[in-house]
Amino acid sequence: MAKAKVYVTFKDGVLEPQGKTVNAALLKMGYKNIKDVRIGKFIEIEIENGDKKKIKKEIDEICDRLLANPNIEKYDFEIE
Amino acid sequence: MGKKIKFGVVVFPGSNCDADCLWAVRDILNQDAEFIWHESKNIKKYDCLIFPGGFSYGDYLRSGAIARFSKVMESINEFANKKNKFIIGICNGFQILLEAGLLPGTMLHNKNLKFICEYVNVIVENNETPFTNKCEKGQVLKIPVAHGEGNYFCDERTLNTLIATEKIAFRYCDINGNITDEANINGSVYNIAGIMNTKENILGMMPHPERAMIKDLGSEDGKLIWESLINYIKKS
Amino acid sequence: MQNYNVEITDEILKEHNLKKEEYENILKILGRKPNIVELGVFSAMWSEHCSYKHSKPVLKKFPTKGKYVLQGPGENAGIIDTGFDIGVAFKIESHNHPSSVEPFQGAATGVGGILRDIFTMGARPVAILDSLRFGNLNTFKTQHLLKGVVSGIAFYGNCVGVPTVAGETFFEDAYQDNCLVNAMTIGIVNKKKIKKGIAKGPGNPVMYIGALTGRDGIHGASFASAELTEENQKRRSSVQVADPFMEKLLLEATLELIDKNLIIGIQDMGAAGLTSSSSEMAYRAGTGVEIDIDKVPKRELNMNAYEVLLSESQERMLLVCKKGNEKKVEKILKKWGLHAVKIGRVIKEQQFRIYEKGKIVADIPVRALTDSNYKYFPLKKQKGVKPAYLKDINIKIDDIKIPEDLESVLKKLISSPNIACKSNIWRQYDHMVQTNTFTLPGSDSAVINIKDKDLMIATSVDGNGRYVYLDPFLGGMAAVVEAARNVSMSGAQPVAFTNCLNFGNPEDPEIFYQFKKAVEGMAYAAKKLNTPVISGNVSFYNESPENAIYPTPVVGMVGYIKGKNKRYAKQYFKNEGDIIVLLGEIKEEIGASEYLKEIHNLIKGPVPAIDLKREINLQKTCVEGIKKEIIISAHDISKGGLAIALVECCISGSLHGNKAIGAYIELQSDIRVDALLFGETQSRAIVTVKRENLLKLKRIASKNKIIATEIGKTGGNRLIINIDWASKKYSKKLNIDIDEIKKLWMSGVNEYV
Repeated sequence: MAKAKVYVTFKDGVLEPQGKTVNAALLKMGYKNIKDVRIGKFIEIEIENGDKKKIKKEIDEICDRLLANPNIEKYDFEIE
Repeated sequence: MGKKIKFGVVVFPGSNCDADCLWAVRDILNQDAEFIWHESKNIKKYDCLIFPGGFSYGDYLRSGAIARFSKVMESINEFANKKNKFIIGICNGFQILLEAGLLPGTMLHNKNLKFICEYVNVIVENNETPFTNKCEKGQVLKIPVAHGEGNYFCDERTLNTLIATEKIAFRYCDINGNITDEANINGSVYNIAGIMNTKENILGMMPHPERAMIKDLGSEDGKLIWESLINYIKKS
Repeated sequence: MQNYNVEITDEILKEHNLKKEEYENILKILGRKPNIVELGVFSAMWSEHCSYKHSKPVLKKFPTKGKYVLQGPGENAGIIDTGFDIGVAFKIESHNHPSSVEPFQGAATGVGGILRDIFTMGARPVAILDSLRFGNLNTFKTQHLLKGVVSGIAFYGNCVGVPTVAGETFFEDAYQDNCLVNAMTIGIVNKKKIKKGIAKGPGNPVMYIGALTGRDGIHGASFASAELTEENQKRRSSVQVADPFMEKLLLEATLELIDKNLIIGIQDMGAAGLTSSSSEMAYRAGTGVEIDIDKVPKRELNMNAYEVLLSESQERMLLVCKKGNEKKVEKILKKWGLHAVKIGRVIKEQQFRIYEKGKIVADIPVRALTDSNYKYFPLKKQKGVKPAYLKDINIKIDDIKIPEDLESVLKKLISSPNIACKSNIWRQYDHMVQTNTFTLPGSDSAVINIKDKDLMIATSVDGNGRYVYLDPFLGGMAAVVEAARNVSMSGAQPVAFTNCLNFGNPEDPEIFYQFKKAVEGMAYAAKKLNTPVISGNVSFYNESPENAIYPTPVVGMVGYIKGKNKRYAKQYFKNEGDIIVLLGEIKEEIGASEYLKEIHNLIKGPVPAIDLKREINLQKTCVEGIKKEIIISAHDISKGGLAIALVECCISGSLHGNKAIGAYIELQSDIRVDALLFGETQSRAIVTVKRENLLKLKRIASKNKIIATEIGKTGGNRLIINIDWASKKYSKKLNIDIDEIKKLWMSGVNEYV
């Protein structure tokens, strides 16, 4: 069994209200060194073992078609 | 008549049922009530604090997660430990009380993953509490909900304790008081709609009693909860 | 600093959607060549969205004055008087294109924009309504858009704490490539504290509040960015993301600023962001503005003047305060976790002047950007051409076969997408927050209580694009008339309306004809009904290479219920044993109906005729009957005709925990039975009364020259319709179980949301 770890985050330059609000809260709580917070999604996918290239292609497709919203999000993944 | 009960409605950035709560206890039930800004520490003078519904800090990260670090929360334990002091958390207010550890458990997304706003029925499980003494045991109250994260969850041990010590105030039911899966709109454990702490001076509930205060709004059943508390404080 | 003095080629003009003759006018205005920043500013301000260059001459046909009008079109929102110390501010706006690209964020930011238009007037928003159009519900695309749009509206409105109280959702193939998302907000304002978008008093500071400026929604910028920075890819304009929490803070902070009388003028940075808000505020005050780009709070690195001026980042506002009040303004904003930054000042010279790094990068006469009477303003004078398709658009009724099995027709109609229950849509909206919603969604209009006043507001949004497509003038009339009728069914006197005009490409003479005729029809009805237009929005270019949308004017009507008793009615049957009365006429009209579309697969006219006198009289009858406590429930007859209206009266109450109530109906008529049951003849309503009040109702009706026919009685758990008359030609009996029909009604759309 192969495992894909997918990270979906907002594209650079896209407003990310959640991260901004958490950032402000942390500063208020006294963590003065915080510079930026960005919140995204972490997704684990288990997939039948096989050709590494094929798996990579499939996960990429899954990310593009479903997991990320290409209008505002970008993704990254690693396969174990 | 006698003396009026003093309510304080705690306002966080993003609270949006604060004005409704004030209206319910001040204008409809003719008690003293005022807003408390979340940065205030001066809460001693109130008989009851209301944590209203809304989206404190946008509900970003988790509902209630950021609000619990507000200044007003620093003295909340002290307040709750005093005699004859009460706290009601409604909807987002309930979520804040959970995050702050004043009540056990946590809130998950509704089982249909959608926000639900509608009238529901809840049954009064225990009518010998400060918040329910004006209700009959087993009485069905018609009160609306409006939330996306109201699916109450706790581990089995906590649930058993809640049941054994009769700290469950309300459960979702059908119009005849039957506890059914269909009536459990958000998927809560044991159909739980509202719970109390051990001391029974803190109530958290997902339905909005402040929205069921006059017939024109669809129900007056919410009044019973406020009136129970007023009755209890006046007697004690 | 970048060099903005690039050669303006035809290609650049095309990228900026500017016509050759428009560019020549720019040269005349400036007396020199514009730089790329200035060209971008002209491009944005002369776009249809900001300039209304195609629509303005036509919009002049609307009546905009009346004894109730405190503020007509041209401001952030219109306001009507209530006779008390408060006014009602409202406006509707489209967010069609962004919602087609990204339904969740598009719809959410649409709600955000219209909320800001209301609270910048000093009004606290009390209700949101939405009017939605999608394509074929059986396609994945439509289901995806529907889910996204609904959850986007819910996400925003729920968080801000303004109830979404009413709306409409329709599905037609014509919207397959262009969905429509129109959102309306109503607010309550203390008449003494009304604020406007004006930049008065030279020397006063111009302040920026709200979210940071990013490269969101910059139009025509792809070229400019590439040329200027060679970071083409990175700078691709991105989708605007909604932040309702920021909006809630802005809402509270703005109302506090206005309440403490600290500001002179305030405006949302909507379309064309900083550029439109600052130039419009200056224009209204007869002043100019100076803005320093370096001081504008930015979210991204290395943003240039072009990008900052044209960014459409959400949740930002511009305000002008009295010099010396800056600190007080900042203090209030700080309380709400916000900042106010002084980015410029009001100047006497009527110029829009922009500085970057100490140098002027744009210097344009304010009027050239904002005044449609200005000599070089690109106003278009067009004549429409009657579309070819209208030549052969009407059926001959005798060619339509009457179906044998009317019960199955009724069942098919009740579950068809345009008639089926939409409860899974509005269940996702918090429609009760603020504790004023006396009539919840699912009735003809929402009723919003005004606490501490002998006043309630009834409101409804309506527009039947199919009617307008088949007959633009009559369809335009129908939109106004139906919205007014819906409001009157609650017992309210219609007072004024806002409209959102959704059309295809206005440069196409046939589309322009639709637009012109529809507005004429609306204006005609508005004058007769005495309901002026106080605000609105035009959305053109709703088309794809394949087709244009149905011409779809949407009307958002507001009416008043006054008096100590606050009498109002809902659409559903309230008690067993009440008498059911049909108000209005029975005519042989099946054109343009849901029946014709769903059962005969025909989208053809003629659109049902409208007699405005009769319509007004019908509304009067209902309003008077409700006020005098004679009418118990009232429902207008529209899509699906009499039979569908009856079913809705029986079952719609059960949505809010009331009992569904059946009815026994006897209809005596000699007209075609399909027209009788499913025809959409206008100016009709089903009302219920107590037996002892029947005569009183008949008296009110006859005084108003409205036919009132007792057609049956409420009760039981079946809807039985008996049709019988002298000729026996169309004798029929329908007998339907209420629970069964409710299931069908609930299934049509809800499972897709």
